[in-house]
Amino acid sequence: MSLTLLNVIFAVVVAIAFAAANAAYLVWAERRGAARIQRRPGPNINGPFGLLQPPLDGIKLMAKQLIIPGGADKVLFIGAPVLAMYPAIMSFVTIPFSDSIVAHNINVGILMIFAFASTGSMSLIFAGWSSRNKYSMMSAVRAVSQSVAYEIPMLITTITVVMIAGSMDLMEIVHQQSSSILHWNIFPLLGKSHNILMPASFLIFFICTLAETNRAPFDLGEAESELVAGFHTEYGSMGFGLFFMGEYANIVIGSCMTTILFLGGWSCPFGLFPGVWWFLLKLYLLIATFIWIRWTFPRTTIYGLLNLSWKILIPLSLVNLLLTAGLIKVF
Amino acid sequence: MVTYFKDIYSGLVSLFIGMEVTFKEFFKPTVTVQYPYETLTMTEKYRGHVELIESDEGKPNCVVCGLCQRACPSACITLAGVKPEGEKKKVLTKYILDFTRCSLCGSCVESCNFNALEFSKEYNLASTRREDFIFDLLQRLEARNK
Amino acid sequence: MSSPIQLQTDETFVLNVGPQHPATHGVLRVKMEMNGEYIVNAETVIGYIHRMHEKMGENKTYPQYLMNLSRMDYLGALGYSHGHVLVVEKAAGIEVPERAEYIRAIMVELNRIASHLFWFGAFVMDLGGFSPLMYALQDREYILDMLEAVTGSRLTYCYFRFGGLYNDIDDDFIDAARRFIPRMRKSLIKYDKLVTGNIIFRKRLEGNALLSKETCRKYGASSAVARGSGINFDVRKNEPYSVYPDFDFDVPVYHEGDSLARYMVRMKEMEQSLRIIEQGLDKLPDGPIMPKKKPKLIKPPAGDYYQAVETARGSFGVRLVSDGTKTPYRLKLRSPTYSNMHLFDESCRGMMIMDALAFMGSLDLVIPEIDR
Repeated sequence: MSLTLLNVIFAVVVAIAFAAANAAYLVWAERRGAARIQRRPGPNINGPFGLLQPPLDGIKLMAKQLIIPGGADKVLFIGAPVLAMYPAIMSFVTIPFSDSIVAHNINVGILMIFAFASTGSMSLIFAGWSSRNKYSMMSAVRAVSQSVAYEIPMLITTITVVMIAGSMDLMEIVHQQSSSILHWNIFPLLGKSHNILMPASFLIFFICTLAETNRAPFDLGEAESELVAGFHTEYGSMGFGLFFMGEYANIVIGSCMTTILFLGGWSCPFGLFPGVWWFLLKLYLLIATFIWIRWTFPRTTIYGLLNLSWKILIPLSLVNLLLTAGLIKVF
Repeated sequence: MVTYFKDIYSGLVSLFIGMEVTFKEFFKPTVTVQYPYETLTMTEKYRGHVELIESDEGKPNCVVCGLCQRACPSACITLAGVKPEGEKKKVLTKYILDFTRCSLCGSCVESCNFNALEFSKEYNLASTRREDFIFDLLQRLEARNK
Repeated sequence: MSSPIQLQTDETFVLNVGPQHPATHGVLRVKMEMNGEYIVNAETVIGYIHRMHEKMGENKTYPQYLMNLSRMDYLGALGYSHGHVLVVEKAAGIEVPERAEYIRAIMVELNRIASHLFWFGAFVMDLGGFSPLMYALQDREYILDMLEAVTGSRLTYCYFRFGGLYNDIDDDFIDAARRFIPRMRKSLIKYDKLVTGNIIFRKRLEGNALLSKETCRKYGASSAVARGSGINFDVRKNEPYSVYPDFDFDVPVYHEGDSLARYMVRMKEMEQSLRIIEQGLDKLPDGPIMPKKKPKLIKPPAGDYYQAVETARGSFGVRLVSDGTKTPYRLKLRSPTYSNMHLFDESCRGMMIMDALAFMGSLDLVIPEIDR
């Protein structure tokens, strides 16, 4: 018993460290990447290639005073940033990075991750509600409709994958894809399912991940040119910092899930040298795509976003689900 | 139904075209100037604040005619001079430029018939105090000569 | 326990957009009465950056007022100076050498492209895309460098003089301008690929903020706002001034009246400006840039003079009432953005806030120019 407890504590500490380090350096990567796209150097003063920038920013944020606006709901106001961070950390506990690197594998891993992910938008609602700011409030309302609209296609797509694998265990899902690139769920030519619509399904999942993590072009929650900074308008110091870290931690989780569900986790495309490096390579390529997309596209509108979800993503993912079910039955 | 799928397809294609543009830009060299570490030289015709021009003897060319003072739209220029005995020309004793009000229009330089004023190439001007921008051009001229 | 709050379904609240808001690009304030995300009523409040330019015009002599014009619209400053010098020349009867007029036209068109580029970037930034702004600024920087090498300043030029110009252009400038034209055409293709064709962008702007011809006429709108609604009016064509009749160029007109039409008009205008610059450089005559005989003190005879010009933001008019002294009796500046902006109050009713702000972006507002 005590050993398991120790194990869990160790796992949580490692997860927090991984999430925090990722969040901090993804900010750096995002700034450098955006700068390259816009033909600027980006942060390059502090340390080599500006690598000291994230810790220094962190110190700056921690040194600042936390200002609570008058009339704000104090408990929720302080609680919201914590809520933004914790689902990501909890999700890391069950994500397998390789055969051996996993904090605690449970056989309903997918269920747990989506359960935590759905509480993520709670933090936006709390922040928007408690700030006593009209912009924040509007942002919170947008965040609710957005998360409702995008969790549906995301879950339907996930169910498709679960049906193919016949398991909710993340380890098991990866093992079934491990032979070669043609067994991956994105190109399932040799795997259990022969559904040729799976690439579309991958795209749907990826778009939903973008929307779920409030990233551009779906960053309606913070839409800086309309709602100033949305739900975190009133946050300063580390409250803002936690929201920021939460956003990036969620991106990492989203990319991890995409890697595991569609890109074969830590398996190599040619079946050689499977290991954590493949997982990290796929993970960071996906994150780079996130950054690339953000600095390319303008923002959608709220109704454009809902139209996309209800008129395109949900029907397509349902068709895909039916097709996959039929194909599994046939073969 | 066909238009529905056509729309989705053309929309996706347009997104990939946009991503291609930013991808290409990613590998191009940077175009910005890293300001405190690199600076640009101003072009020949750059109009900074005005400076006095000195003659060969190191004295200002100014003859205190006061044309620049009258031409200035914002009354930035205050100048004074005395006429030493036995000399034909006036000698400049004071030339104050209130740079806080100057809008760099160049009327003073244009109005000057004695080649006494020029634009400086200085653009690194920043201060937290108003007094720092009230330039005594005679002093600056002396400082330059040293 | 207190009794439950009675909810009113038609309850509205007031959202104060500005004077410090990222989308207003300056100190414009819009008081919006909102019903959720929908605007019930909007009222633009201006005057935060009023500097009494018209009153200054009455107190300063004609040459002293020259530099004020470039402070009105800091993005397309030369167009405004052009209007002012033209009206004073008309009043005082000053002959302008042909070379000077050609250079003026080239400069104004360059400045128009710079202004449209900045608008393009800022507009896409309003819609949430940041990178196009940086690309637009790179091209704009090229123009500013060119203009700086001739005029001596980068933004608030004081380049036109009554009767001519402050500096002549040199071969470096002509070379740079010739190199700029193909470069800009290439960039425009890039913008088309990156922004104009983008599905998200088109979906946001198609059908957004439809302005009828009638509304545009009622408020006296000009520039792309009117031309996007099908009104074919461009001062350069309809009331030709300067050397514009010598140039062969088109006035892009779109009939849809939505934000995309306004966007397209401005993008096409940049292409037309490039054509004007190209022709101007080809036809550029030799000669002086200042007239041989020019009155030392400008004292136009008593009378009422008016001159309209097409600036980057629309038709800008200067009305000069002279009483024969060395300062004007009255100098009325008709600024185009002032008229364009007042469309906003009426047209944004019933829109969602994000559409309204996209609409505001498509009007190309420069606040100091509204307040003067």
